[in-house]
Amino acid sequence: MSAELFSVFYQFADVFAFLILSAAGLAIVFGMMGVINMAHGEFIMCGAYVTVGLVNLGVPLPIAQILAALTAGIIGMIVELLIVRRFYKRPLDSLLATWGLSLIVTQSMLLIVGSAVRGIGTPEGSFAIGGYTFSTYRLVLFGAAVAVLVGLYIIFMKTRFGVIARATMQNAAMAKALGARTGRIYSISFGIGTALAGLCGALYAPTMTLIPTMGATFVVESFVTVVIGGANVLLGTAPAAVFLAMIRMALNASYGQIIGQIGMLFAVILIIRVLPEGLSSVLVRRGR
Amino acid sequence: MYSGRVVGMALLGAVLGAAAIGSAQAAEPPLKVGLLEDVSGDLAFMGMPKLHGSQLAVEEINKSGGILGRQIELIHLDPQGDNARYQEFGRRLLNRDKVDVLIGGITSASREALRPIVDRTTTPYIYTNQYEGGVCDASMISMGAVPEQQFSTLIPWMVEKFGKKVYVIAADYNFGQISAEWNRKIMKDLGGEVVGEEFIPLGVSQFAQTIQNIQKAKPDWLLTINVGAAQDSFFEQAAAANLNLPMGSSIKIMLGFEHKRFKPPALNNMHATANWFEEIDTPEANDFKKRWHAKFPDELYINDMGYNAYNALYMYKALVEKAKSTKLEDMRKVIATGDACIDAPEGKVCIDPKSQHTSHRMRLISVGPKHEVTVEKDYGTIQPYWLGEIGCDLTKKNDKDQYTPSHLPSKS
Repeated sequence: MSAELFSVFYQFADVFAFLILSAAGLAIVFGMMGVINMAHGEFIMCGAYVTVGLVNLGVPLPIAQILAALTAGIIGMIVELLIVRRFYKRPLDSLLATWGLSLIVTQSMLLIVGSAVRGIGTPEGSFAIGGYTFSTYRLVLFGAAVAVLVGLYIIFMKTRFGVIARATMQNAAMAKALGARTGRIYSISFGIGTALAGLCGALYAPTMTLIPTMGATFVVESFVTVVIGGANVLLGTAPAAVFLAMIRMALNASYGQIIGQIGMLFAVILIIRVLPEGLSSVLVRRGR
Repeated sequence: MYSGRVVGMALLGAVLGAAAIGSAQAAEPPLKVGLLEDVSGDLAFMGMPKLHGSQLAVEEINKSGGILGRQIELIHLDPQGDNARYQEFGRRLLNRDKVDVLIGGITSASREALRPIVDRTTTPYIYTNQYEGGVCDASMISMGAVPEQQFSTLIPWMVEKFGKKVYVIAADYNFGQISAEWNRKIMKDLGGEVVGEEFIPLGVSQFAQTIQNIQKAKPDWLLTINVGAAQDSFFEQAAAANLNLPMGSSIKIMLGFEHKRFKPPALNNMHATANWFEEIDTPEANDFKKRWHAKFPDELYINDMGYNAYNALYMYKALVEKAKSTKLEDMRKVIATGDACIDAPEGKVCIDPKSQHTSHRMRLISVGPKHEVTVEKDYGTIQPYWLGEIGCDLTKKNDKDQYTPSHLPSKS
């Protein structure tokens, strides 16, 4: 019985971690800044490739993962400076520009690195409960997802940068008038978003096949989680991931992956229909 | 409106094509080979060796004088794993470029998308993958292995060695569904039990729940017919969770070279029946591998698709030279005699007149903990007999249909 209970928790944690880690970066870039970043998956891919490359050079996995996230963050800030900055007032054009970037990056990776890269293997470690065996690394992923949520909350709610960043997102002109350097705020926020995307790729790199289009497997889940989360991403993303993870886990367990995927997307349609502002609108209203 | 125009274009194309061939023979222009292979997208790692195999064969044939004295011009387009693009590019190659033969397609979905378009023309189409079998269509020649060569050998061996309970993980499209049907039929005949079947949408990469479902069902072994880079993540995740079950497949190792792409021991205890795998150690095979790696030094693995794609051009050469014609009709007369054979690196392979599928020398291979490949059993040459047995006979009737164990030709 306890084995069954743990297995339910483990499955929930697994889906939850996948949703949070793939959505966290997008929550900032799309949810807060309003940039429809179609290249989100490519930042995830970047994190994964840098991790594998560094591990192959002999860097220990955890350090490689941190460096990969930083790399994605720095590349993100460069992309912000060169491309995204010009589209803050034209969200639909940002969609096209970042989509074009995504196509260029995946095809270039295919030409430069090739169609497949040898994996590095998941860190050893599994444990058994009842008749089931579990991979320890999946719990590390869950821990990382929770840490990312806590970290985001602290950065944006408890620091001076967070206050100014939220002010800038709400009303850039007013923030600027009060002395905030909005350009730099945008740049850093975008960098944090892409660093989190890179972190997602870095964390999942050992468990997946690396191909240039691997980012695509994360993109649907990440957009869906952020959209369901709603306007206030700091409040909305976590409940959205909990909600979607519960639905997906229950359906996966009883009816298999196809129904799990259909069911989750169906739930998304229902929520957008009933709560066009997302889950956070309910939470914010309660809060008032 | 649109389809009317396409038919019109196809007719026009056929007329122009005939005229082109008529005037062509005087000037000996090159033979046009249209090739559709994915070299980008989720299946690029499999499609790349297919393109390379075709390029190698074309280069060799051209160097040794071409086909009937004509050089080959290879026209490759990349449909990027998109079935709509397969159709668009297929039409373009058939109607605009007026290729003499169309080769390619990776997934069975892409093949079925192409087939109706090919059927409206008189151009031969060569499919170069192993697949779930059953296509009875005079326009199509199949170079890869089919279930009677792969499943009827592998599944009894797995049952005997590991036990009667199997769990199936399959990609959710025609290949996975029909392969699973084959497994059900063969397991039933053997008195075995399918304790679970899970169909996975293409692109899914997370398998924690699947791994637990498997442990709950307690199978003796797994049949893994998951497809594509995303779904292959299953092996890494199953190894990390210490699932540790014997596995069998019709597409792993020789096709997806997972044992080269994953860190050992993720693919430990995987079994497959194959007509080609790079580890084949015969003088002919070694010679072939040497030529391939000389031209493509960076190739991670020469997979069976790439190998079959290479053979397809030599088979086409043999057919055209025996028929002394590039017309499908004349080539099919050669096939009908049962003499359509080539000496391939695996040994002699022939096209079966009834089904237009290819005989193959099949071997059962297994992967060890260090990802070393061992040949467990050599079955010798196996004919693609199933379609003929159920009543497909292309020398008499063109069914243009795909049969499965549950969809057999109606008796007439």
